Amino acid sequence: MTGVAIRLNVNGRDYDGNVEPRILLSDFIRDDLGLTGTHIGCEHGVCGACTVLWDDEPVRSCLVFAVQAEGARLRTVESLAPSETELHPIQQAFTEAHGLQCGFCTPGMLLTVEALLRENPHPTEQEIREGISGNLCRCTGYHNIVLAVQLAAEKLASV
Amino acid sequence: MGVHFLAMKPAPFAYHAPTSIDEAVALLREHGDEAKPLAGGQSLVPLMNFRLARPAHLVDLNRVAELAYIRSEDGAVRIGAMTRQREIERSALIAERWPLLTGATRHIGHVHIRNRGTVGGSLAHADPAAELPAVMVVLNAEVLARGSRGERTLTAQDFFVSHYATALEPDELLTEVRIPDLPPQTGWAFEELSRRHGDFALVGVAALVTLDPGGSILEAPLAIAGGGPTPIRASGAEAMLAGQRPSEALFRAAGERASRELDPDSDVHASAEYRREVAAVLTRRALVRATAGLSASAA
Repeated sequence: MTGVAIRLNVNGRDYDGNVEPRILLSDFIRDDLGLTGTHIGCEHGVCGACTVLWDDEPVRSCLVFAVQAEGARLRTVESLAPSETELHPIQQAFTEAHGLQCGFCTPGMLLTVEALLRENPHPTEQEIREGISGNLCRCTGYHNIVLAVQLAAEKLASV
Repeated sequence: MGVHFLAMKPAPFAYHAPTSIDEAVALLREHGDEAKPLAGGQSLVPLMNFRLARPAHLVDLNRVAELAYIRSEDGAVRIGAMTRQREIERSALIAERWPLLTGATRHIGHVHIRNRGTVGGSLAHADPAAELPAVMVVLNAEVLARGSRGERTLTAQDFFVSHYATALEPDELLTEVRIPDLPPQTGWAFEELSRRHGDFALVGVAALVTLDPGGSILEAPLAIAGGGPTPIRASGAEAMLAGQRPSEALFRAAGERASRELDPDSDVHASAEYRREVAAVLTRRALVRATAGLSASAA
């Protein structure tokens, strides 16, 4: 199988790649770009761990082939924190409200929440639960994640 | 190139990225049964990851810009096959004139799925439990298909043939769906039962109720998802409703009638008998809600 040359922008940086068409975007992001913050869970579009932002909208990177991302503008969880020592307000809220336990779902959860709060800065609890329903967490029972999103909304509103 | 030790889920395929409908159709014609069009990929890619689908050629439609649009025209709207479900959900035009479509689209998967998933992809995949096929059937939509022998128009009802099977030829591409305006005094409802929000429906009911000036039911089209190999139009129940005054008793009887028109499957999620029961309840609820919305807006 010959590779296909692709160029895409991830977190504001241009990358060139050479991919076999069957390589999933999730694998490309981790293995070729070394951005291992994007987690891979179910690999069939159910768990949401591999969520990335494509033109600022959350998508499942395990349901897209890397070759399709030619010319795309993506953001992964690595784009959130402003520096090595600071957290994004949403990350800070997840930390303070214990919105994670094992952390496996967290990168996908954070990006989903980032998009949710951008579109709806003051969601109701019901809207939060619906908004994160595409991201599975097997530790928390979601309670503290909902609290973390509410806290994140407050933090973002006061920025 | 990185080392993909565990990363080779889908079987190998040749990738094609046409930029026009003609080019896409030519590729489908050239590769016949070996080729599969790739729309949003939210159903096809999981199947490929499991190797339940192993197309030798993948014709990616995501660069065919002429397939993505929502165009209002006199008496109808035309929606390009590659229009994302999220665009439908956010369209003010659709919300105003076909709120049933907006309401039903919110039940499709999760926001991540709707950001990629397309209208044409959902219809061409023809999952009998999916929302959009039932909605297009109840809205009397027409589906446009373009193949190497030209273009043809099919009614949504004729388009769906069986489980995951449509009237499309291997070299035909679904290009557009055309939805006619609703008559005045038409209420709508979409009711669905799924195990969790965003899951596939065990049963979904799309209902429209049009009242005549005297307040009797002129027509009440009903389409049921998850009730058989295709979306089922409950014509027996519809006949029972036409000309009648809306009432709880009538809607209950219509729900029971509709459930007898179904041929649902049994699976691990629900038995056929349970699906039938749910269909009767959801049909009744949909009729009540469609009619209530109507009198509320008329008042």
